Amino acid sequence: MKLAVENLSFGYPGKRVGAGVSLALDAGEVMCLLGPNGGGKTTLFKTILGLIPAQGGNVRFGDTPFDRLSRAEVARIAGYVPQAHSGYFPFSVFDVVLMGRAAHLGPFSMPGKRDREIARAALATIGIERLADSIYTRISGGERQMVLIARALAQEPRVLIMDEPTASLDFGNQVRVLERIQRLARTGLAIVLSTHDPDQAFLVADRVAMLHEGRLVRFGPPAETITPESLKLVYGVDIAVMEIAAAGDARRVCVPALAPR
Amino acid sequence: MSAASGTRRERFANKRLLLAAAVAALLLIAAIIAALAIGRFPISPGDIAAIVWAKFTGGAHGLPATAETVLFQIRGPRVIAALMVGAALAAAGAAYQNLFRNPLVSPDILGVSSGAALGATLGIFLSLDLWWIQGFAFAFGLGAVAAVYFIGQAVRGHDPILVLILAGVVIGALLGSVLALLKYLADPYNQLPAITFWLLGSLAATNPADIATTFVPVLLGLVPLWLLRWRMNLMALGDEEAKALGINVTRLRLAVIAAATLMTAAVVSISGIVGWIGLLVPHFARLLAGPNFARLLPVSVLLGAAFLLLVDTLARTVSRIEVPLGVLTAFIGTPFFIWLLATARRSWQ
Repeated sequence: MKLAVENLSFGYPGKRVGAGVSLALDAGEVMCLLGPNGGGKTTLFKTILGLIPAQGGNVRFGDTPFDRLSRAEVARIAGYVPQAHSGYFPFSVFDVVLMGRAAHLGPFSMPGKRDREIARAALATIGIERLADSIYTRISGGERQMVLIARALAQEPRVLIMDEPTASLDFGNQVRVLERIQRLARTGLAIVLSTHDPDQAFLVADRVAMLHEGRLVRFGPPAETITPESLKLVYGVDIAVMEIAAAGDARRVCVPALAPR
Repeated sequence: MSAASGTRRERFANKRLLLAAAVAALLLIAAIIAALAIGRFPISPGDIAAIVWAKFTGGAHGLPATAETVLFQIRGPRVIAALMVGAALAAAGAAYQNLFRNPLVSPDILGVSSGAALGATLGIFLSLDLWWIQGFAFAFGLGAVAAVYFIGQAVRGHDPILVLILAGVVIGALLGSVLALLKYLADPYNQLPAITFWLLGSLAATNPADIATTFVPVLLGLVPLWLLRWRMNLMALGDEEAKALGINVTRLRLAVIAAATLMTAAVVSISGIVGWIGLLVPHFARLLAGPNFARLLPVSVLLGAAFLLLVDTLARTVSRIEVPLGVLTAFIGTPFFIWLLATARRSWQ
């Protein structure tokens, strides 16, 4: 099953943010969305998920267009991991993860034994069982991000859409989140994430999409898309792409060239 | 939600809930007995038991007939009305607070009470019967909360909590002036005293027939809130996240507002404006039971019923003339609101 975004235009009433975006992603693949601040990455994600109406084009999963599906049906296909914030009621972590089951329950039903098992399994997959009893508003930012990923997993989606999952995390937590992303993709989940760090794309992505002024300027495998030219176009600064030998493996990294002092 | 399958915190929370419910239930029973016993014609708890027992078994209780009349025709209906009004206002308040993610909203602050009061006054003004008065109260209450909500949505760039409260104040003031106009036009001998006294909030005129008429809409509001108790929690995440988790936010919000407004309108039609219950009680219930709506709703209902019954008993016994209920709750509610305004953000974290 393939997630396909076709010629999507997105924005808010009276303000178009982007247009003509086409993407495709297979099960088990990771796609990194790169783009400058305020470049419309979050708006694009929300439009793909149908949280804000598309201004043109469409999103399909397999043969099914999203706009013909109910909210619950979309949620059973695509899980959303928003940027972690503390603005919740003081629910326990387990309760927050259990909320991921909503799309599988009728309006008047309560989560049952099976739902609780799935929520517990989601916590285990992310490796945060020990947090189950903690209060969501009282754990660290990195832990919250993990909880939101676990909640999206409890949703049992086929596609995971993550909005800057490594933003505001320390280096260790960034690496941990990237490891989880890689492992989840191996289980057959298609994963889309946005990031500010092109190096992360080299680490985990099968495909890279680069958003510039609301248009998709590059889309393809990392080695072909992340080049000094495309980085200059998107970020407006000179960045060299170098190959290094890391852990017996050739790997590319981005090195910004600062103006000489 | 069996205790055995829960996490450690859940088992603890279940115990805490049981404790909170037990405290609230005990308080409630004590309040009911006190309310039935105390008054210008005191009846001892033993006599109350004897009269009720006699009523059920069809035997004789050997007490004056006045005692039975006071118990079944005057104090009994009033106690039931107080329980119902308190429970409904507290439940509606808890629902609005979760729905708007805002600890400072309640039926009175969102303009629902003023809207319902205006509708009901219009009904009295036109000399309609109670069903129509309640219908008017519901329609106007719904209109008021819709207006407040849309103002809150339209005005951006400010603290949303503040905007919602100010919109409630503004709409409340507008409705108040229309109400003043109705009073100005009302017959000063027959209608005006009734409207004025009723607006201050009072259960003095409660009769058994009103209770039956009010019970149905209160139940119609309470049942959907109870059925939606788990989904209500997801509304606390904000619209976009709730949608992303598969919730039809628009439909859920509409259902909850309709249910809570129906309950408010129904009780406002018999009690007049009794402010602050919907703000105060859910807040204390949250301190006792936590933010989970499945726990919050029953504890709010019990506490609201007990609290209003106590206040009403106080209102009719504290002096020789009856103190209007709304006046008493305002004396308790105003300092509480100021305290809440100063601490609300912290206490919700």
